[in-house]
Amino acid sequence: MHEGEQAAQASINKALIPEQKIAALRDMLRIRRFEQLSLKFYQQGKMGGFLHLYIGQESVAVAAASLMSGQDEMITAYRDHGHALAVGMSMEECMAELFGKATGCSKGKGGSMHFFAPDKHYWGGHGIVGGQVPLGLGLAFALKYKNIPGCALAFLGDGAINQGPVSESLNLASLFDLPLVIIIENNGYSMGTSLARSSSIKNYLAERAEGYNMAWDTANGSDFYELRAKLHHIMERARKESKPCILEVATYRYYGHSVADANAKKYRTTEEIEAYKANHDPISLWQEQLLKEKILTEADIEKLDEAAKEEAAASVAFAEASPWPDPASIFEDVYSQIDQGTHFFS
Amino acid sequence: MPIISYKQALNDAFAEEMTRDESVFLIGEEVAEYNGAYKVTEGLWKRFGSKRVIDTPISEAAFLGLGVGAAMMGLRPVVELMFWSFAYVGFDQIINNAGCVRYMSGGLINVPMVIRGPANGGTAVGATHSHTPENFLANTPGLKVVSPSTPYDAKGLMISSIRDNDTVCFMESTLLYGNEGEVPEGSYTIPLGVADIKREGTDLSLIAHGPAVLTSLAAAEILAAEHGISVEVVDLRSIRPLDEETILNSVAKTHRALLVDENKPFCGVSAQIAALIAEKAFDELDAPVTRVTALDAPAIYSFPLEKIQLPTADRVVAKALSLF
Repeated sequence: MHEGEQAAQASINKALIPEQKIAALRDMLRIRRFEQLSLKFYQQGKMGGFLHLYIGQESVAVAAASLMSGQDEMITAYRDHGHALAVGMSMEECMAELFGKATGCSKGKGGSMHFFAPDKHYWGGHGIVGGQVPLGLGLAFALKYKNIPGCALAFLGDGAINQGPVSESLNLASLFDLPLVIIIENNGYSMGTSLARSSSIKNYLAERAEGYNMAWDTANGSDFYELRAKLHHIMERARKESKPCILEVATYRYYGHSVADANAKKYRTTEEIEAYKANHDPISLWQEQLLKEKILTEADIEKLDEAAKEEAAASVAFAEASPWPDPASIFEDVYSQIDQGTHFFS
Repeated sequence: MPIISYKQALNDAFAEEMTRDESVFLIGEEVAEYNGAYKVTEGLWKRFGSKRVIDTPISEAAFLGLGVGAAMMGLRPVVELMFWSFAYVGFDQIINNAGCVRYMSGGLINVPMVIRGPANGGTAVGATHSHTPENFLANTPGLKVVSPSTPYDAKGLMISSIRDNDTVCFMESTLLYGNEGEVPEGSYTIPLGVADIKREGTDLSLIAHGPAVLTSLAAAEILAAEHGISVEVVDLRSIRPLDEETILNSVAKTHRALLVDENKPFCGVSAQIAALIAEKAFDELDAPVTRVTALDAPAIYSFPLEKIQLPTADRVVAKALSLF
C-alpha cells in the first residue's frame, strides 16, 4: 500500500468524520486567507515590525491542533499566526493585534510574534529563535508534576535546532522523562541560510534525538493524514509513557523569512518556490483528497474559501475600527501587582 | 527569639512554603542530593523527595526556561543559580521570557517564579564568578529584584517572593550565608518594596543593599565614635520595586546622601538612587549626592586588592567626611 494510503487507514484518521475533515480544510484556508490579507495591509503600512508568514505550512499547525485533547499544551516561535488560529483564536483578535490595536489578543502589546491564548492551551508566540523550547520543557514538566495525562507540543524551525538552549532542553526532557513533543517545522531555510549551510547532519535534524536517547520520526508536511497519524502516535506515547520525542516535518514557506526579507528569492530560485506550490501545497492536496473521498465538491470548496476571505476581511474592518491602546496602558500588565507609587516613572 | 544563620533562614522559608503549598518546588544544580553548593537547601531533598527538590545538569538556560514554563502553568518554581554570575548563559529566559511574557500577553500570563542564588564579589574567584547583576535585572520592567542583608529579612522576603505572582530575582551573598541573627519561628512576610532603616541618624544617610548594608553600619559606628556624626543607614532590601518614600524621607531628614553599593558604578543601582534623589529631593541637599561603589573594573582575583575594590568601611568614612 502507498504510504499516504496507509496513513489514511490509521485509526486516528479512520475515526475522522466528514465534518472534521472539512473543518481541517476550513482552518487551513482561514490561516492562508488571514495571512494573505495581513500581508496586503502590512505592505500598506498598517502594521509595524515584522510579519513572518506561515503560508505553505498550514497543515502542520492544523494537524497538531486537531489532535489536542484539552489536556495538551502548545507553544511555538514567532511564525505563530497559524498555530493561533488553529487552536481557536479569532481572526479579529489576531488581526487587531497586528494592527497594534487595544482589541488585539495582547491589547497591542505583543504584535505578530507574540500571540497567546492560555485558555486555549496556547502559550505563544515567542520572538527569540529557540527560546520557546525551554518553556515547552516547563509546560511538559508542569503536566507531569500535576499528574495531568497530557503532552506539551513545542514547535521550532530548522534554524532553531542549532541554538544551545534547544540542545539543553532535549537532554533535560529525556533525562526527566517529560511528555514533550518537539516538532521541527523544517522549511529548508534558516532565514536566508539553507539547511545545508546551517546544520551538520547525516540525514535528518531529528536524528539528533539519538544522542539524547530519544525517539524521533519524520513526516511529510504536505500530507495531512500522515501528519495526523505520526503526531497521534508520538502524542499518545508522550501522554501514556511520559517520554519525549522529536518529529521533523518537511514543509516549505512561500514567502520570505519575514515580509521584510527582500532577498527571499535570492537564496532560492523562483522555480523552486513554484514547484513546491504546484506539487506539494498542503491545502491543494487536502482539497484533492476530500474531492476524491467525495466529501466535498469544487463548489463546496469555493464556498469555504469565500467564507475564509470574508472572515479575514471582516477582521480587518474590526481592526481598522478598533481604538489604539490608551497611552496609560503602557504601564499596565507589567506586574501582577501594579507598582503603585514605586515605579520610577510613576 | 531564636538566633539562626542567613542560609538557615532561607532554608526555613523554603520548608515552610513547600509544606504550605504543593505547587512550590526547588530546582537547580546540586540542590537535592548534594544538599546545595552552599548548603542553602540542606535536608530538603531528604524531607520533600525528588519530585519537589530537583537536581539538574549544568544547563542554566534550559532549567530557567523550565521554571518559566512551569510557572506559566501555575506552579511556583524556586530556581537556584549556583552563582548569579551563571545567569548570563540563561539571560534570554530571564529577560525575554520571565520578564516580558506577562506584558506581551496583555496580562494573560503570570510567571510566579523565584530565581535565587549568591551575587557577590569578595571571595577571590575572579571576574566570572563575582558579578552583581541586580542592576541589569532591575532594568527590566516585569522583573522584581530583592537583596536582603540579614537573616530576618532573608526569610521574610523569601516567603513574600515565593508567594508573589511575578518573577522575583533574589540576590543572596555567600559572605552573608553564615551570618546569624534573630529570626522568629513560623512564617512571616516582609513586603517587597519596603526599605528598612537599619540605624537611625540625623546628619547623613548611607543608602545600601545586600552586604554593603553591613559595610555601611560599620562605617556608621566609626563616624559616630570618632567624628561625632550621626548616620542613618537605609537598607533598600528591594531594588525593584523601590521604596522611594523611605529614601526621600531619610534625605529630607539628614540632607546628605552617600550611596554605598557593591554593584559597579556605571549604570549601577546607586546611579538609579542618585537620579531619584536629584529629581525629587534636590532642594533638601546640603551636599552633592556621592557614592562609594565597587571600583569600576572587572572583579580582580588578587584577594588583598579585591578587598579594596569593593566598598570598605574606611572608604565610606573618608567619603562621608568629605561631605561636611
